[in-house]
Amino acid sequence: MSLLHIAIFAPLLLAIFIPFLFKRLRLIHTGWFVFGLSIILFIYFLQLLPDIRDYEIQETIDWIPSLGINFTVYVDGLSLLFTLLITGIGSLVALYSIYYLSKEKEDLGSFYVYLLMFMGAMLGVVLSDNLIVLYTFWELTSFSSFLLIGYWYHKERSRYGAQKSMLITVFGGLAMLGGFLLLYLMTGSFSIRDIVSMASEITADPFFTPALVLVLLGAFTKSAQFPFHIWLPDAMEAPTPVSAYLHSATMVKAGIYLVARLSPIFAVQGTWFWLVAGFGIFTLAWASFNAVKQTDLKAILAYSTVSQLGLIMSLLGVGAAALHYSFLDDNLYMAATFAAVFHLINHATFKGSLFMVVGIVDHETGTRDIRKLGGLMQIMPITFTIALIGTFSMAGLPPFNGFLSKEMFLAAMVNVMSLDIFNMDTWGVLFPVIAWIGSVFTFVYSMLLLFKTFTGDFKPEKLEKKPHEAPFGMLLPPIILGALVVVFGFFPNILSASIIEPAAKAIAPALIDAGQEYNSHISFWHGFTPELYMTIGIIIFGAFLYVSLPKWEKIYRRFPEKLSLNYFYDQSLIRAESGSRGLTNSYMNGSIRTYMIYILISFVGILAFSIIRKDAFSFTTEGLAPIGLYEVVLGIIIFGASITILVAKSRLTSIIALGAVGYTVALFFVLFRAPDLVLTQLVIETISVALFLLAFYHLPKINRKEERIGFKLTNALVAAGVGVIVTIIAFSALSNRLFESISQYYVENTAEKAGGFNMVNVILVDFRGFDTMFEIAVLGIAALGIYGMIKLRLSRREDQ
Amino acid sequence: MKINDVILETVTKIVVFIILTVAVYLFFSGHNSPGGGFIGGLVLASAFVLLLLAFDIETIQKGIPFDFKRVAALGVFIAVTTGLGAIVFGQPFLTQAFSAFNLPYFGETELATITLFEAGVALAVVGVVVSIILSISEDV
Repeated sequence: MSLLHIAIFAPLLLAIFIPFLFKRLRLIHTGWFVFGLSIILFIYFLQLLPDIRDYEIQETIDWIPSLGINFTVYVDGLSLLFTLLITGIGSLVALYSIYYLSKEKEDLGSFYVYLLMFMGAMLGVVLSDNLIVLYTFWELTSFSSFLLIGYWYHKERSRYGAQKSMLITVFGGLAMLGGFLLLYLMTGSFSIRDIVSMASEITADPFFTPALVLVLLGAFTKSAQFPFHIWLPDAMEAPTPVSAYLHSATMVKAGIYLVARLSPIFAVQGTWFWLVAGFGIFTLAWASFNAVKQTDLKAILAYSTVSQLGLIMSLLGVGAAALHYSFLDDNLYMAATFAAVFHLINHATFKGSLFMVVGIVDHETGTRDIRKLGGLMQIMPITFTIALIGTFSMAGLPPFNGFLSKEMFLAAMVNVMSLDIFNMDTWGVLFPVIAWIGSVFTFVYSMLLLFKTFTGDFKPEKLEKKPHEAPFGMLLPPIILGALVVVFGFFPNILSASIIEPAAKAIAPALIDAGQEYNSHISFWHGFTPELYMTIGIIIFGAFLYVSLPKWEKIYRRFPEKLSLNYFYDQSLIRAESGSRGLTNSYMNGSIRTYMIYILISFVGILAFSIIRKDAFSFTTEGLAPIGLYEVVLGIIIFGASITILVAKSRLTSIIALGAVGYTVALFFVLFRAPDLVLTQLVIETISVALFLLAFYHLPKINRKEERIGFKLTNALVAAGVGVIVTIIAFSALSNRLFESISQYYVENTAEKAGGFNMVNVILVDFRGFDTMFEIAVLGIAALGIYGMIKLRLSRREDQ
Repeated sequence: MKINDVILETVTKIVVFIILTVAVYLFFSGHNSPGGGFIGGLVLASAFVLLLLAFDIETIQKGIPFDFKRVAALGVFIAVTTGLGAIVFGQPFLTQAFSAFNLPYFGETELATITLFEAGVALAVVGVVVSIILSISEDV
């Protein structure tokens, strides 16, 4: 158990003690403990930063070694970047939540247990080297996210959002597990680094593309890519700290992490490039377009998150193209990977601060509805300043960090046009166009978010509370994040050497292991490049769109409700439920006759199929005994009695005919020389006929019509089928004697070894006495059962 | 009105002993000729049934005060115990043994543990059949 393992388990361990702390130490807000832990973890991971420039850290503890499942923790640039995000934003969110959630009104015990569970699970996801361990933590993040979204479980929308996110992310998680198992089948290892080292050998494997698609399904559902993004806006019912933490900075980036982590395995294939880059860029444009029409601040931020995740995803996709160029010097596509990592950091900073700002606005005014807000600039100047920094960075305006990553993004999208693989010479032009359109809408909703909330007329009559500036503790976390936005904007290179380069190295190890050093391009932001003109275009056109928003807003209402993905999701749930209910009702009709028909038809079908398939039918008269007169006579009697049972009008006739069948069988036993069977059969038949008569006598008087069994064609066909198939099997079995009977042994040894001359009896009590012992036990149970059913009837006891 | 079936009752009193004798015969002869515990038990039970038919339940239960459920349980118990007896002598479960003894009066006689097992079977069968019939008839 190394320090790294302890770091992963520390949040989970603290989660165990949170309820005690919450109950015993009522005076201290429980969040302070969480804050303390995450700060410690942040500092711990921060001090690993210099190490991973030179080497990777790896620690293993055995979990299920026989299955190749070990809890291996592996730290490289990419993992460390994510752990810093998780613990850093985690501390700020914990601090923020201390002021956001009331100690008196909220169930803080549960909240921080879920939050710590999430934090530990997320650390596990990004630090695990073993795919199965990664999957375990992955599902734990889905689960804790479900709990956090449904934190205010008395609200219907919270439960709806929690269920939706659960269904979608668990669907993706299971698909991902399938992909992992395929990877294991191909390579025989669950270790990511082992698989990466074998990556070149498995590209031709037939499982490779299915594994790729399944893994991407997991990443896309978690990272809310089109068309799985629909859970994220509904997850905004969670408390705002949760939205800031899970649904902007960390959990939704788990999919990004997965794509980045597995890029060295899959990126050589064109499918990967097309899926990741294509879905990413489309998600960017679609979500930013949709964000403009939202009226809830958190919904805008949710769509914005989806859109920014699409941006990062598309950059990772373009970065995958770098693998096709072995030279690094002017490898433009490697720059896309840098841009992805850089934007990942930037997005976490500005989106985290924006969520906190929205939380403050919600907390101080009582509403998040953009139509009720306005003119808060004078009342909440600090909040306004943070919001301004955040939104301008999100829109990609200088001098904030969003500008730099947006420039790098546009540069990557322009460069992708010149890619001469994957048919990019024909379709590549779409990338910069869609990216540009998406960026324009990003600009529009960013401005919308800022100006609709903070400028314009102040409408106190629409607000539930009298707004004032938030307490300092609540402002501190967004101030820190806002400050980082500015710092990273002015000094991007403090990040590049320390974290972005190791992270990029982890994403594309094959390129950099060649001993080459690759310095990121972030200092390269001066100069008149195409992307700069594109940014100017975005600002001009975005400003125009923002000003003319009331004129073209109507097109959103033209969009039919029935074509929306949410409608599709809701309908498919309803259809699935009603469909399966209909299906179950259609065959589980409660009638034993139907179930008998199912059973017998399956019986006949399976047997007939195997007989035909194996060509098993055979019939030979060899070795058959001659048929005597007595057998013929008895056969006719038993046939007549059987027919009588079926066609008799009265039940009494049927019972008597059944008795006749039984006695005839006894006569057959006489004929075939089985005296013990004769005796038993006679007595047992007498008893059972007597019992039948008893049952007949006590039939209820009403509805006791004497009529024949109705003829049903289905019944007749099924019965005939069973009869024919059993006869065929009997004939075939008789004609295929594979070996001699063992009865000769009994004939020889009955008297000698068991001291008896009645062979049947000796077999029953001596050679096979074990069966007899349990048969009499069965009889005893039957007697007790009958006694119990008759004597111990509850209804009768109540009557008395 | 009580029907006076004196003939039935008188015949029953005689026939029951014949049936019982046959049952005992079937039981003991089972090892060497048709019969055995199962059939013996069934015939024994039929003697009780005949008594029940000729007289009434109360009279029979006063005369033969057995709880037939316990008889069935006793039968299963005996059968299992004889099997366990083999284990005591270091043999596999349910191993049976037999040997010839020179008994006074009977002369050369074969005694076998099988008879004990068969007794268990017979008692179980008697107990089962009679208790089924008794519980049903008491219910109606």
